[in-house]
Amino acid sequence: MKIAIFPPNSLILADLVERRGHEALVLQKEIRKKVTDAEIDSPPLNITEEEPIKGLKYAAIEVPSGVRGRMAIFGPLIEEAEAAIIMEDAPFGFGCIGCARTNELCMFNLRKRNIPVLELTYPTTREETMDVVNKINTFLDSLEDKNG
Amino acid sequence: MVKIAQISCGTEYSGVQKEIERAAATFGAEIVIPETDLDYIDEAYQKFGFTAASSGIRLMVARAMSIVEGKSEADAVFIATCFRCAEGALLRNELRRFIQQNTHLPVVTYSFTERTKADELFIRMEALSTIVARKSLLAREKQEGLTLGIDSGSTTTKVVLMENNKIIGTGWLPTTDVIENANVGIKSAMENTEYRLEDVDGIGVTGYGRLTIGKYLKADLIQEELSVNSKGAVYLADHQKGEATVLDIGGMDNKVITVNDGIPDNFTMGGICAGASGRFLEITARRLGVDISELGPLALKGNYKNALLNSYCIVFGIQDLVTSLAAGGSKEDVAAAACFSVAEQVYEQQLQEIDVREPLIQVGGTSLINGLVDAVSTVLGGINVIVPEHSQYIGAVGGALIVSGLGSRE
Repeated sequence: MKIAIFPPNSLILADLVERRGHEALVLQKEIRKKVTDAEIDSPPLNITEEEPIKGLKYAAIEVPSGVRGRMAIFGPLIEEAEAAIIMEDAPFGFGCIGCARTNELCMFNLRKRNIPVLELTYPTTREETMDVVNKINTFLDSLEDKNG
Repeated sequence: MVKIAQISCGTEYSGVQKEIERAAATFGAEIVIPETDLDYIDEAYQKFGFTAASSGIRLMVARAMSIVEGKSEADAVFIATCFRCAEGALLRNELRRFIQQNTHLPVVTYSFTERTKADELFIRMEALSTIVARKSLLAREKQEGLTLGIDSGSTTTKVVLMENNKIIGTGWLPTTDVIENANVGIKSAMENTEYRLEDVDGIGVTGYGRLTIGKYLKADLIQEELSVNSKGAVYLADHQKGEATVLDIGGMDNKVITVNDGIPDNFTMGGICAGASGRFLEITARRLGVDISELGPLALKGNYKNALLNSYCIVFGIQDLVTSLAAGGSKEDVAAAACFSVAEQVYEQQLQEIDVREPLIQVGGTSLINGLVDAVSTVLGGINVIVPEHSQYIGAVGGALIVSGLGSRE
């Protein structure tokens, strides 16, 4: 199944999803499509004025361009998702898209899609971490079962 | 190469990062990103004490801290966040203040949209670059020899001929064709002197038409208005030492520049809403059936409280004006309200982004509208506003003054 993850660039979440045989809908794959120049070392640089305009589908014109530019990339992933895993309160290193308003809108859009959503809080102890990994695996396996 | 540190949030996802880099490169500057690592982000963020929800904003804090603590090298700082982001706007100003209080680096702030193009950033990047790379030129306090300064503004073209620290000729006319207007202005400035264009030791040009005129006249100095105007302002106001704020409400955009010993160290430039421009006052005068030179004295006789004019937009502003007149408002009150409206909006949109230092030197053509000068003082709580003699020529005077430091023209 296609699983949306949040933060959408979390390598750890993406890896857990792929290990259970699902497809993780990650930011990096979308950004890669926009890399047109091998000399550019920071892929988001390839985003142009067009993205914030496309983002108007998800947020109105009074919403800052940075939010709309991000939504132009994450929005289609949210629409494509068949299930989602949301990790709240994650630190920078776990995955991050930089903007709190975009976080709020992405999570809301995932929740209102009426797809299976696993909501987690970033673990801070070894026990919590093991619990979180178990929850993710159980969730992903249950999707497989439902899928037949 | 001048290193401009970029402290920003949202530039990549708004598609404007390339434009920022292009604008800097055009003026021989390089955009650098201050170094931080994950641990330092948390450390800097805790130290700064502003609880921000967005991680991009926290990263801005860490990058600013990295400059202040000397972990990253920079000659100037460019702070930018998305237009309409409240958290970004708060931090943009607080970080600007933080850097200025703890370093001597010039800082410029900007809020962008996806429509922001390199052209809009040119003047800011050029000014940052000039302040760093041409500091010695900006430190010049006395004009020497025979030099010509031309300010090709959006509304008017100003020309000044200076000889040994004195203005000996001037020219001032509306801008229609930049080259033709410059020629007429030069002719007017030279009219009562024995000199010809070939005699001048240097030509300095500034304003919107500077590149065209500069190329045409083979000018020795082609410089953006921010540094030239601030230099001209402190020179004319005889305030070359100490701190001051220069306010220029122009025909198309407004500039506020803080200076220390005659050298600009911070500035803001606005121009999104025409309701806060000289153009609004020009249209107001026309609608009231008076010459622009009569608007100021008329405004001083009126009371701004008797007419409601506070629109950001020039079209709606004129609608308010028409409504006020139709409701029986006097010309004097409407003129006063128009001046107050412009002053109030300059305060709301720009003076908020800068720490105003007294005295405030008001310059440019609009400084001749004494009703506006009075309104600016009122809005700022009655502070001392200086309007120097020849205040409408500051750009041209600044050009003539700075170019005299470049040696003789061949």
